[in-house]
Amino acid sequence: MTLRFLRLTTLAVVTALPALPALAQELRIGIASEPSSADPHFHNVGPNNQLRRNFFESLVGADENQKLYPKLAVSWKPLDDTRWEFKLREGVTFSDGSPFDAYDVVYTLCRIPGVPDSPSLFTTYTKAARDVEVPDPMTLIVHTDAPYPLLPTEFSTWGIISAKANGVDGAAIDFSPDGCGDIAYPATQAFNDGTAAIGTGPFLLDSFRRGEGVDLVRNPTYWGDAAPWEKVSMKPLTSDGPRVAALFAGDVDFIEKPPLQDLARIAGQDGLQVVQGISNRVIYLHMDHAQEPSPMITGTDGKNPLKDVRVREALSLAINRDAIVARIMDGVAVAAGELLPAGMFGAHEDGDMPPAPYDPDRAKALLTEAGYPNGFGITIGSPNDRYINDAQVAQAVAQMWSRLGVTTDIDAVTASTFFSRRNKYEFSVYLAGWGSGTGEMSSPLKALLATRDTDRGYGGTNRGQYSNPDLDAVLTEALATVDDTKRQELLREASRIGMADWAILPLHFEVTPWAMTDKVTYIPRVEQYTLPYFIKPAE
Amino acid sequence: MLVYLLRRIAQSVFVALAMMVIVFFGIYMIGNPIDILISPDATPAEIEETMVRFGFDQPIWQQFVTFIGNAVQGDLGRSFVHGESAVTLILHYMPATLELAALGLFFSVLIGVPLGVYAGYKADKWQGKAIMTGSIFGFSLPNFWVGMLLILVFAVELRWLPSTGRGDTVEVLGMRLSIFAPGGLQYMILPAITLALYKASLVTRLARAGTQEALTQDFVKFARAKGLSETRILFVHVLKTIMIPIITVLGLELGSMIAFAVVTETVFAWPGMGKLLIDSILTLDRPVIVAYLMMTVLIFIVINLVVDIVYTILDPRVRVTGEAT
Repeated sequence: MTLRFLRLTTLAVVTALPALPALAQELRIGIASEPSSADPHFHNVGPNNQLRRNFFESLVGADENQKLYPKLAVSWKPLDDTRWEFKLREGVTFSDGSPFDAYDVVYTLCRIPGVPDSPSLFTTYTKAARDVEVPDPMTLIVHTDAPYPLLPTEFSTWGIISAKANGVDGAAIDFSPDGCGDIAYPATQAFNDGTAAIGTGPFLLDSFRRGEGVDLVRNPTYWGDAAPWEKVSMKPLTSDGPRVAALFAGDVDFIEKPPLQDLARIAGQDGLQVVQGISNRVIYLHMDHAQEPSPMITGTDGKNPLKDVRVREALSLAINRDAIVARIMDGVAVAAGELLPAGMFGAHEDGDMPPAPYDPDRAKALLTEAGYPNGFGITIGSPNDRYINDAQVAQAVAQMWSRLGVTTDIDAVTASTFFSRRNKYEFSVYLAGWGSGTGEMSSPLKALLATRDTDRGYGGTNRGQYSNPDLDAVLTEALATVDDTKRQELLREASRIGMADWAILPLHFEVTPWAMTDKVTYIPRVEQYTLPYFIKPAE
Repeated sequence: MLVYLLRRIAQSVFVALAMMVIVFFGIYMIGNPIDILISPDATPAEIEETMVRFGFDQPIWQQFVTFIGNAVQGDLGRSFVHGESAVTLILHYMPATLELAALGLFFSVLIGVPLGVYAGYKADKWQGKAIMTGSIFGFSLPNFWVGMLLILVFAVELRWLPSTGRGDTVEVLGMRLSIFAPGGLQYMILPAITLALYKASLVTRLARAGTQEALTQDFVKFARAKGLSETRILFVHVLKTIMIPIITVLGLELGSMIAFAVVTETVFAWPGMGKLLIDSILTLDRPVIVAYLMMTVLIFIVINLVVDIVYTILDPRVRVTGEAT
């Protein structure tokens, strides 16, 4: 009924304004996870970051392949080893009319470390900025302690709020990386009720209601191309079945993450379509490289076989990745040979780093050579509600390993339990996923394979406790190399070191599907976001 | 009477406290909320810092002492996920649940009473038996299945009603309600029916039994002798006598309808307290779970207390010595 109404209004607009491109009226989206706040700095988590991109913008933009492009900054370049200069865009205003300048960026950098009650601060992406300089209101110079090539990438992850709109004179701020003294900041609640939701983005926040959804309206004074929709509503439909049903019923025009088993049905329905594209998320198996005896390994007299590179290689060769992709993932995944898909920064060219071949004979020979001709017993830990078909994938790997002679059980539990247990090193092997927040190779290498080091921020999710000084050295060099070509080569080298050592077993890259009416189009995004600005009415 | 009342209240406080301890330590044992809340990109130092900020670095007993200290002053803590007071959060979601439960209750009476009375009237005929057989389905069909089926038929195929979510709302007495909003009620019909189905079967059975009993009584014979129509006898005179047990049972069921509409709310993406509870459990949002269950305990305690007191007033055979329950 509503859909028919929408069609009619679209038609009316088209006939009324034949000379102008048809600006459609309303877009209704069913989202799979609900943002916890409209505060852009409250919680560094997917649903919130996706929401904030509608009304708060960053200095640097990241496109659908996480390639950087000018947003509120028109250009950026390193001045020397420890200084980055950003030239800002002229003529941008916040939705309350106050003009945007470098002091707003400073104000935002000041607010980020001190957001009260935040469960995950954005300091991860701001702490490199040790000092800032504003030579003129349209230029920002950021000082770092050491060469820091990722600064523009990290500055693409947080949105900028206005100093003036919050009653602060930006020019008077005395910047310090740990907070800038006594300055007034809007409360998280003020963003949720809309009073502080004053940004530069293509939409304005109309209402944020927990449980019921978010309404956006077009920002009439947006500096870029006007948003294609007058009004956008995003409803949280967190269960798969009802979300798909809402699309079929015509209650929404667009949904995120339709379940794999429904894709064929949606695509076969008149008026509906599925769009899908590879994501930056790799599903991998991480192995215990340190504990001896390892908690979930049996039949080895207390030895940890995973410390032997031959065993790790055997386990990888015993996995038929193509079969997993074809049967468990219904073809909606791509077998992985390293931690980031080809084409992204620091990953190898397509074909240069193929997935490990399925070779059970060689696997058996390697296992015998390593002294385990009769295998051993092991349990794979896995979440069962976090990644697409996660527990089924673990189950398939377990069967393949059992065929090799390694008797494998799985211990699949809900995400909240799984991550806590994993972080306490309770698993000998675990299945998990990693989405590269920065869209380049240093993110997975630093988090998953670099030796755990609190000072350098390495190994945050390296719960296999892998440690390889060669890899650490190359990665550290890469992270201090500003030249893009050289850095890319170093990152590739570090990735090759890790893969040659079978340090971690990449299984596949998730492919993200979206389902929608055929009245709209969407270009798939590697970071899996649903951004209404880029949902276009079909030609 | 006063001694009885005090004893009951003391018992209730004990139940609430026991509940608090069990939930608090139970959730602690499931896992650490920071493990799922923090961005995977966070460095070990940032994870450590966040743990300290939330007080998770302290031993569990110390966290509990802090929690109790605040709870005594009426502060049940702030949600780890939303950064808002747990009680505020629950109150935000409460009107949606209350209005859905109210409409569900209304539907269960609307469906259950006429069917039950008719089934009682035609107890030995095929109509009565058919209704009773039908009510078995109401008892046994799982909620989520019924909900999905209703969505498929009425939203996807017929497109008469919206499939999920909450429509427009209006402000009534400080609460945002959609039951009175022109664009809101249609969103409530399918979830309310889903919620009502079980209760409707219960009401049907109660009404049937009551009607069968009432029909043998003298006032019915007298009414028939007087020449009143059967419809009038059934739906005026009989109905009056059978409503007392039905209302008692429904009053008690209302509590469970409010507290445990979780499945229905999830299927229909209805933004009620049940959905808040599920989301909070998945993210180990301890303050919200504790506050929610405390409130549930409170609802049940109050309802039970009221029922006990009313019974002692209505029925002198129930003694107020305390062993009556």
